Amino acid sequence: MTSNDTSQNGQYVLETRNLDIYYGSFKAVTDVNMKVERNKITAIIGPSGCGKSTLLRAFNRMNELFAGTSIRGQIMFDGEDIYAKEVDPVEVRYRIGMVFQKPNPFPKSIYENIAWTARIHGYKGNMDELVENSLRQAALWDEVKDKLQQSGLSLSGGQQQRLCIARAISIKPEVILMDEPASALDPIATLKIEELMQELKKNYTITIVTHNMQQAARASDYTAMMMLSGEGERSGTVIEFDDTKMIFTNPKDKRTEDYVTGRFG
Amino acid sequence: MKEKFIVEEFSDNLNTRNRRGAVWHVVFQASTIVGILALITLILNVVNSTFGYIAYEARVDPDTLAADGMPLEAQSKDQLVSLLQTELSSGAFNKLENEKPFAERTREEVFQLVVERIVRPDIVEVWDLWISLTQEDEIRATVARDFPNAELDFVSWLTTDFVTRPQTSEPLSTGVRTAILGSLWTIFFTILLAFPIGVGAAIYLEEYASDNWLNRIIQTNINNLAGVPSIVYGILGLAIFVRALEPLTSGKLFGIENLTSENGRTVLSAGLTLGLLVLPIIIINAQEAIRAVPRSLRNASYGVGATKWQTVWSHVLPNALPGILTGTILAVSRAIGESAPLIVVGASTAISFDPESPFSKFTTLPIQIYQWTSRPQEEFKSLAAASILVLLILLLSLNASAVLLRNRFSRRF
Amino acid sequence: MAEITVNSAEKKSPAFNLRRKPRLGETIIQGLLFFSGFFSIFTTLGIVYELGKESLLFFQMPEVDILSTITTTEWKPHIGKFGIWPLLNATLMTTTIAMAIAIPLGMSVAVFLSEYASPRVRSTLKPILEVLAGIPTIVYGYFALTFMTPILREIFGKDVVQIYNTGSAGLVMGILILPLISSMTEDALSAVPRSLREAAYGMGATKLEVALQIVVPAALSGIAAAIIVGISRAIGETMIVAVAAGAGPNFTFSPFVGAETITGHIVRISGGDLSYDSIDYNSIFALGLFLFFITLVLNIISQAIVRRFREVYE
Repeated sequence: MTSNDTSQNGQYVLETRNLDIYYGSFKAVTDVNMKVERNKITAIIGPSGCGKSTLLRAFNRMNELFAGTSIRGQIMFDGEDIYAKEVDPVEVRYRIGMVFQKPNPFPKSIYENIAWTARIHGYKGNMDELVENSLRQAALWDEVKDKLQQSGLSLSGGQQQRLCIARAISIKPEVILMDEPASALDPIATLKIEELMQELKKNYTITIVTHNMQQAARASDYTAMMMLSGEGERSGTVIEFDDTKMIFTNPKDKRTEDYVTGRFG
Repeated sequence: MKEKFIVEEFSDNLNTRNRRGAVWHVVFQASTIVGILALITLILNVVNSTFGYIAYEARVDPDTLAADGMPLEAQSKDQLVSLLQTELSSGAFNKLENEKPFAERTREEVFQLVVERIVRPDIVEVWDLWISLTQEDEIRATVARDFPNAELDFVSWLTTDFVTRPQTSEPLSTGVRTAILGSLWTIFFTILLAFPIGVGAAIYLEEYASDNWLNRIIQTNINNLAGVPSIVYGILGLAIFVRALEPLTSGKLFGIENLTSENGRTVLSAGLTLGLLVLPIIIINAQEAIRAVPRSLRNASYGVGATKWQTVWSHVLPNALPGILTGTILAVSRAIGESAPLIVVGASTAISFDPESPFSKFTTLPIQIYQWTSRPQEEFKSLAAASILVLLILLLSLNASAVLLRNRFSRRF
Repeated sequence: MAEITVNSAEKKSPAFNLRRKPRLGETIIQGLLFFSGFFSIFTTLGIVYELGKESLLFFQMPEVDILSTITTTEWKPHIGKFGIWPLLNATLMTTTIAMAIAIPLGMSVAVFLSEYASPRVRSTLKPILEVLAGIPTIVYGYFALTFMTPILREIFGKDVVQIYNTGSAGLVMGILILPLISSMTEDALSAVPRSLREAAYGMGATKLEVALQIVVPAALSGIAAAIIVGISRAIGETMIVAVAAGAGPNFTFSPFVGAETITGHIVRISGGDLSYDSIDYNSIFALGLFLFFITLVLNIISQAIVRRFREVYE
């Protein structure tokens, strides 16, 4: 499903071109060229420390907040380079949302978590409706509808994460980035998140980093395999990118095959 | 039988080592006890001077001043005023009228004047608590022998009257109200200056400042300023607030000609000087509090596309608030206890009127203590001791409320 | 799961919206915050400028010349003698006596709290030390005059110990600085990683040996910094000496007689009638500038020691 009112209604909502990511002078990610298809789930997998999160956080310019990071190359969002000089990172994060590894709801009420987010972006409509809508989309409404004024921190881990998802989608981003969203959750909560993702992809594009291969195999449409192989084995790069089915049944790169069959990593 | 394993080259010194360890353990414990003892001694010394016997003689017996059979304490304000008129010289009476018209004075104030100017009790002897409790008989004997006309009373120098009466020159009728109000007025201006700038600077340094030479200098400068002796701040305040900014701090700029103001040596100057002094303390504490806010909170806020200020205002500051408030209260405690810088700025030595405006002359509680401590007579030592207790109680309640505040805030969400 | 459709009309307009929005509020706030951050620079500039300006006036006065301030040992303004030694000497004496108390006691307390005390003991003792640190200095001054001096006079004799003397001021100043040294030293000791202690215990060392031969040396830079900060504090301390040490410059090495320190002198002069630009007024600024630079240098040295010699444990 493509939206009619985006001029660049192309098949790919995100595209990286010759992307290098640096921490200071250290090149953490090398020469990534990948395309993220609209309304599909793209997974990025690979062993620890290969730069998956770094790559993901480049998409919404979170990297530059805390470390001295810089990039070479381009990241195109709907045809526009998000690292261009005149681009405001705040706007980028408005359009590209993020869910973090450890659930981090605001120390506010469940209602306020979503309401505050909408308000800072100038939402003038019916807030109650928006909150309910978002919570429903995140499959959380039935569990919290009677306690919207309670603190977001009073929920269980899985519920907190769904609240964070509700918060992220309340401002209707086009892409949702998920950085290992279920790694801090128990298996049942994890399953709920995965089911949620399938529903969400009807309206959003999802890019997820996960170290859980089974999750990637189950839940995603496309998979990017990352590994430390650039720059003398110290820089991460995407060594293979394909339909998930292909990656897990008939990978082209031997290293991918070793990884997904559990021979290492 | 297994033989005890003895290695030739090593000596059997375990006992010596253990003994030495025990000795030093005692040394370390003793040092700690010395510290605690010092604190206890200090407080007991103050308490010792706050209570005890005093012998005093009234130059004019209050009984002779009864009018129409009414004792002095029961007389109305008008009766007391007419008493002053008859007993004092007309010059002295008119001077009092000019300082503050009798119509505006309260009955208490007039009564104080009667006691001060007419009855004039003079202290002849003061004893501290320990001696008062252990040598009561000797005291009575001494008084009976040497001061037959004197009254002997066991008093506490710290009374509610002491706290609510203004300062006078007579030890028996003086109080610390003037000083307490002066302290409060001063602290008000201190916080007015130092809190917004201090918290703002902390936010700037922690959230906005990039790591360049200017910001590093700013940070180093703040750390250094925290170690500058307080008297240097006093000198700075003298030069800038009292002298250079005199039109502002004396009120002349606002067209206020105040009889009680003395050019730039005003409450405003005092408050601003202390504000500069505590500014580094507030900044450093606020920085720590802001640094302690978990990064995940900031991530969440930025992640939904909030701007930097939105993130700071809605998430970082509320989270850091308990720490910031604690730091502010620490700063206030420090400022309340400071005397050296304010002496340099020009605290008034003899002032008996409560501060009425930022442009009033001022004195503060620690300065009052300093002045009384500097007088040789025993009764002034007791007055100083009583004021010290007032100051310590004030500081204690301030810090207790800081702890309470911090606990209350931490329990939210 | 219920079907929620997102109305396509609600989707956002095209990507050129990513352009920077002018956020005036943010810019104004950022400016205000920068001003607050920069404000402290004004304080330092103010100190240097004002103190420097008046000091210059002081040294330009006919009665004063720089060489004599350093070489003369008398400070008698009315006959034109401005040797700084009497004041400096008294400051050094009180500082030395204070540190002689505060360093051994402070470090002992720190070692006790850090290596020997149980958590319960530590949590009761630390607040007590904090109380000691929070008592206003005028109260310590009172204590010096009304308790310490009489005791000294009892011990050493009333004809030996004057009512105002630098000894009792120094002793009480030591008690004042003790909590400062002990808390900074304790921080330094706690920063030593447990693995170092475990290694020593594992080799069969006693607690004393671990404390004094392993932990203390490992924390040396922090301890040195603490001592320097304590010295800086003692030099700048005013009220204790103003009340108990004596009024009037006096060049002497006896702790039993009165002598005025630099800070005590400043306080006494400002407490009296002071006309702007008189020689007394200007001398305050010269002395103040001197104090400022000494404490500044000491504090910079202490920070440099911590930075340069911070121990690397692994």
